[in-house]
Amino acid sequence: MSSESLILFFIVGVILVGGAVLFSTFIAPSSKNPVKFEPYECGIATSGNAWIQFNVGYYLFAIIYLIFDVETVFLFPWGVVMKEVGLQAFVEILIFFSVLGLGLLYAWKKGALKWV
Amino acid sequence: MSFIYDFSSATQAIDQWLKANLSPTGAFVAELALVGLTILLAYAVIGLYLVYAERKVCAFMQNRVGPNRVGKWGLLQTMADLIKLLMKELIPIRKSDKLLFNVAPYLVIIASFLGIAAIPFAKGLHAIDFNIGVFYIMAVSSIGVIGILLAGWSSNSKYSLIGAMRSGAQVVSYELSVGLALLSVVIFSGSMQLSTIVESQANGWWILKGHLPAMISFVIFLIASTAEINRGPFDLAEAESELTAGFHTEYSGIRFAFFFLAEYMNMFIVAAMAATVFLGGWMPFHLGNLEAFNRVMDFIPPVVWFFGKTIFIIYLIMWFKWTFPRLRIDQLLTLEWKYLLPLNLLNTVVIAFLVLMGWYFK
Repeated sequence: MSSESLILFFIVGVILVGGAVLFSTFIAPSSKNPVKFEPYECGIATSGNAWIQFNVGYYLFAIIYLIFDVETVFLFPWGVVMKEVGLQAFVEILIFFSVLGLGLLYAWKKGALKWV
Repeated sequence: MSFIYDFSSATQAIDQWLKANLSPTGAFVAELALVGLTILLAYAVIGLYLVYAERKVCAFMQNRVGPNRVGKWGLLQTMADLIKLLMKELIPIRKSDKLLFNVAPYLVIIASFLGIAAIPFAKGLHAIDFNIGVFYIMAVSSIGVIGILLAGWSSNSKYSLIGAMRSGAQVVSYELSVGLALLSVVIFSGSMQLSTIVESQANGWWILKGHLPAMISFVIFLIASTAEINRGPFDLAEAESELTAGFHTEYSGIRFAFFFLAEYMNMFIVAAMAATVFLGGWMPFHLGNLEAFNRVMDFIPPVVWFFGKTIFIIYLIMWFKWTFPRLRIDQLLTLEWKYLLPLNLLNTVVIAFLVLMGWYFK
């Protein structure tokens, strides 16, 4: 099988979920009750909206993550050729990691890794 | 020399038989249908029995019996649960974002399907053998978190929102450690293709051949992947004691079942990855040039080796869940960013040095 057949797995996933949901709507009971369609809040009436400004701490980690994730993308091709290239690749990765480590150290000292 | 059974002869026989008996288009469609059905069946069986295994393991650890009424030893319990969930009403939340709310289960399920497509179950028995296999698995396993974020955000419920946000921060953080831990074996074997990585372990598994750094990588991979699939002690995305059910609070019936199923399938995928990359996948336990010993080990079929290792790691992950108390979000992020990530970077340098000097078993 070639990589085009990934579409097959995509389609099988869609069929599994879609088919089950469709089947379920046919056999499942349904009753109308205005309170039932409220978001759950421990049984009392829902107050306000959940689409609000949220704690910025989560986004901060997402931003730091972006830097390191791009770095992982660079590291994998390096990992594959490390054996063949040898010393040159090793020196390069030392430089790469020292730059990256400084970045992590900066974020650490700035307090970006501290949960607020 | 080796008498490990190669499944590619069987699949090629089926391929030729179909081509001989059907028109080219018909054979192509038949093959697609066959692979699709096989994967669907494997997916359903593995998913259902992982849920069953989880309940049994949990029960034994808490000195209970667990499900034991439906079928022999309760083996059909999860089937019964599935039928029950199919017959439950799908409640649409009034203030939710309808489109995203409905799309979210598709995303998590498709992500796990794409992940399972690249896993080598035995020699010649994998759907797709990418030359970037390790990287591909990492890439598709992170699609799932989009589904989780969509589910939490679109529900318009506070519990769901908090659960999704926690899950997002957690999954993306720990993905780094998963990637770097996998990178260590990529450096050792010089390939990202899963079949090549398995073949490279024909004279010993990487966890043994790579000395201490490989073991450190393996442990980091176990911790990070447990966190990445949102399982206890890192299950604060769906911490039932504080967030009801986290990001899938508002999901009911079969849609909830898909989130549940996807979680277990992701557990299978990471366990299979750990088994393939560190413990040799379907490769029997070989020791260097001990010809006689290796021959004896070859008598156990590769499928048994693969599932044995995978089930062992799944059991470890379940053991974690029922042993350790849940972490707080700040402890969780501290563990990743201040301990695992620097340790992992250092470990990668050490491994690069080992490979440079040739100080490992080739």
